[in-house]
Amino acid sequence: MHSEARPSKGLTAAAIGGLLFLHLPILLIFLYAFTTEDRTYQFPPPGLTTKWFAVAWNRADIWPPLYLSLRVAAISTAMAMVLGTLVAAAMARSRFFGREQISLLIILPIALPGVITGMSLRSAFAIMDIPFSTLTIVMGHATFCIVIVYNNAVARFRRLSGAVLEASADLGANGFQSFRYVLLPNLGSALLAGGMLAFALSFDEVIVTTFTAGQQSTLPIWMLNELVRPRQRPVTNVVAIVVFVTTFFPILIAYYLTRGGSETAGGGK
Amino acid sequence: MTNAVTFHKVSRHYGKVKAVDAVDLSIAEGSFFAMLGPSGSGKTTCLRLISGFEKPTAGEIRIFGQDVSDTPPNRRSVNTVFQDYALFPHMNVRDNVAYGPMVAGVGKTERYAKAEEMLALVKLDGYGDRKPGQLSGGQRQRVALARALVNEPRVLLLDEPLGALDLKLREAMQDELKALQKRLGITFVFVTHDQHEALSMADQLAVFNEGKIAQIGSPSEVYDRPATPFVANFVGSSNVLPPSLTAQLGGAAAWASLRPEAIRLVAKGKGKMNGTVAALRYLGAGSRVSVMVGETEIAALVPAGEAAPEAGAEVGITFETSALHVMAGS
Amino acid sequence: MSRSAILPNRGLADRLSALFWRRPRVLLLLLITPPLLWLGVVYLGSLGALLLQSFYSIDEFSGVVVEEFTLKTYGELFRAANMDIILRTLTMSASVTLASAVIGFPVAYFAARFARGRWKAVFYLGIMLPLWSSYLVKVYAWKLILAKEGIITWAADSVGLGFLLDAVLALPGVGGNSLSTSFIGTWLVFVYVWLPYMILPMQASLERVPVSMLEASSDLGATRGQTFRSVILPLAMPGVIAGSIFTFSLTMGDYIIPQIVGTSARFIGQAVYQLQGTAGNIPLAAAFAVVPILIMLVYLSLAKRGGAFDAL
Repeated sequence: MHSEARPSKGLTAAAIGGLLFLHLPILLIFLYAFTTEDRTYQFPPPGLTTKWFAVAWNRADIWPPLYLSLRVAAISTAMAMVLGTLVAAAMARSRFFGREQISLLIILPIALPGVITGMSLRSAFAIMDIPFSTLTIVMGHATFCIVIVYNNAVARFRRLSGAVLEASADLGANGFQSFRYVLLPNLGSALLAGGMLAFALSFDEVIVTTFTAGQQSTLPIWMLNELVRPRQRPVTNVVAIVVFVTTFFPILIAYYLTRGGSETAGGGK
Repeated sequence: MTNAVTFHKVSRHYGKVKAVDAVDLSIAEGSFFAMLGPSGSGKTTCLRLISGFEKPTAGEIRIFGQDVSDTPPNRRSVNTVFQDYALFPHMNVRDNVAYGPMVAGVGKTERYAKAEEMLALVKLDGYGDRKPGQLSGGQRQRVALARALVNEPRVLLLDEPLGALDLKLREAMQDELKALQKRLGITFVFVTHDQHEALSMADQLAVFNEGKIAQIGSPSEVYDRPATPFVANFVGSSNVLPPSLTAQLGGAAAWASLRPEAIRLVAKGKGKMNGTVAALRYLGAGSRVSVMVGETEIAALVPAGEAAPEAGAEVGITFETSALHVMAGS
Repeated sequence: MSRSAILPNRGLADRLSALFWRRPRVLLLLLITPPLLWLGVVYLGSLGALLLQSFYSIDEFSGVVVEEFTLKTYGELFRAANMDIILRTLTMSASVTLASAVIGFPVAYFAARFARGRWKAVFYLGIMLPLWSSYLVKVYAWKLILAKEGIITWAADSVGLGFLLDAVLALPGVGGNSLSTSFIGTWLVFVYVWLPYMILPMQASLERVPVSMLEASSDLGATRGQTFRSVILPLAMPGVIAGSIFTFSLTMGDYIIPQIVGTSARFIGQAVYQLQGTAGNIPLAAAFAVVPILIMLVYLSLAKRGGAFDAL
């Protein structure tokens, strides 16, 4: 009898190959930030320099998009955390008519392609004559960030034994005390993880944003313009590194916050 | 004597499911009261009705004479030891036990002193800094007990508190709980599906079946004089005789119960009735012999040292007439 | 004992808690109303607006949207040029989904069956990080890789396989001037970007296959190949279908990737974007956007029958 305790060499190679395929391309972004060639994507780079970081720092057109992206991500995350937690609390504590429909409604903004969410908002703004602004960007982002927070929160609610809240009430705590002393400490890390992921998602979102931003530029939109009409290509790489790092760490933190549970963050984007 | 808890025609229906159906119940102050029954019989729902986690769909619940229909759980002077203990996972043992005083606004020094006192009561002095996750099942159970007692409740509810413990620990805890209840003098209401536990610990017990109470009484009353075939069967696996057989043995034509340990096996024709041995089970302290009398299976307990018959043997069955208990219910 | 069985009320918080206890629906309503209002008004309202717009039309002379109900715009959608766009998008979505499943399966299988302890974490993070990390950065990375003067050309030339690359690029229909201006390039980037979305659900469903079941299969004399075909693959299928929902839907709605890497032939997403932007034809853009919704509705109902939702 052969047991399949050990993977075959072919499978191991294919699995590791698959992982490398997912990761190696990113490294090139870092390499090209140091190339001396700024007109083509020549490989290998003819020479290496660190001057592009200084150039990027001094480019005035980068800062406003960066600020806008940070502001949009912060506001959207805050809104999504409130709305996502509320709906998770409602969904976790009771069964009621229309529950299935609501869960579908929460998931829809990420289940349907971004272009639909974007185009829908665009249509609504057109019909209602709403001018583009930071608020219109936030409306789109908050909508698809709710599900991220919801997913994290609802999983933790499910794991948190309902008896713990009953025990709190039994010992004399009113609803607000139970929330403050029992629910929040147990939910905190899951909410933080959800917030981190929502922030990462919002910070680098481009598809919906192009429909809702009007003349404003978020950092991803700035990058998109540079990709279509490149100038000083390595500067784009420097910005790409900034975007990558700004999203990388929240994701990593989210992973560590929820590690060990059955609901490890990032199971579904 | 005042009653700690009274139910007057209390029902808890979920749509068509009658979890608790028109239950009348009085629990005397200072007693150790057990609610016994199979799962789904309504005993846990009754407990949750007392603590306030369930609201009756009909009827009235009084605690020490006061109607609590409108009182949420946090304002009832009743505390619970939960089945899975429900300790707060993010707090250490001391903070778990001090939780009740904390939400009542008691200062840190005072409530920690109180927590230490309670931990000493359950013999867990020095465990205050541990997290619930670092404790054994038995220790968690004690923490849950200390946490529930710290508020000095007038009624302590225990929901299958020993269910998760192994046999040895369970027996030790049974004695301890009983001793604790005597010492504190509080009313204990104890839910269990284990008839031995209920019989050995309770002053009074209620046997639940399908949302109703089948019988209330002292352990010996319930054991010796079961009110219905269900009680006879559930409490101590008694023999249940159909009306025809009872009549044949000289009783009224009604259901009757007969304890296995009350039966002696004799030679065929020498007893009150005859039967064929169907099976034998060795129990250590004796053997349980199944005898088929017509269609009815009668179990008899043969003590160790006495010769047990072999399967297939024809035997006679005899017992003291007073051991045959004719039941009122059906 | 003189103590009452009912503890005193300590103020507003207690009174509110009591209200929620007496009427749990009040609390539920308080919790669910704000998010429902947001999703219902902002999101569903927008979807409604999209549908509404798609039944409007545009005045060909003035370029102004005529806000009257008409099927004219949908009629326009069925022009040959537009049908080409839809068919091209569907072909791309299908081939990307297929490739993701083939490349992703070994990774998912290995992660589910053989990765233990530290390797489990490595695989988990190794799949999750690319899933979440910046979309645009990932696309940009491939712009660098596929460029004519980029690493692939360099690598092919260094090992003397330049002719092979040229042969691939010379293929009619899918080739092009360089990989970054070819259909193959677009396809590669799509596969790369959406691959993690395929791996995770596949891994989830494979993890639910009990090892004992595989042992039973080999006990009964099945070879590895037979076990794979008759036990593992059918059990992994819900995961594959769940993953395919993502890869299919995401490919169908994307307009950034074909804009940055690929030919001038357009996809649905690009059509929507250009029609609402430069062309200013919001009704036709809306009608185009309805197409992926309809396709995904059909896809989802088929997937539901395949039991894919259990793997999500």
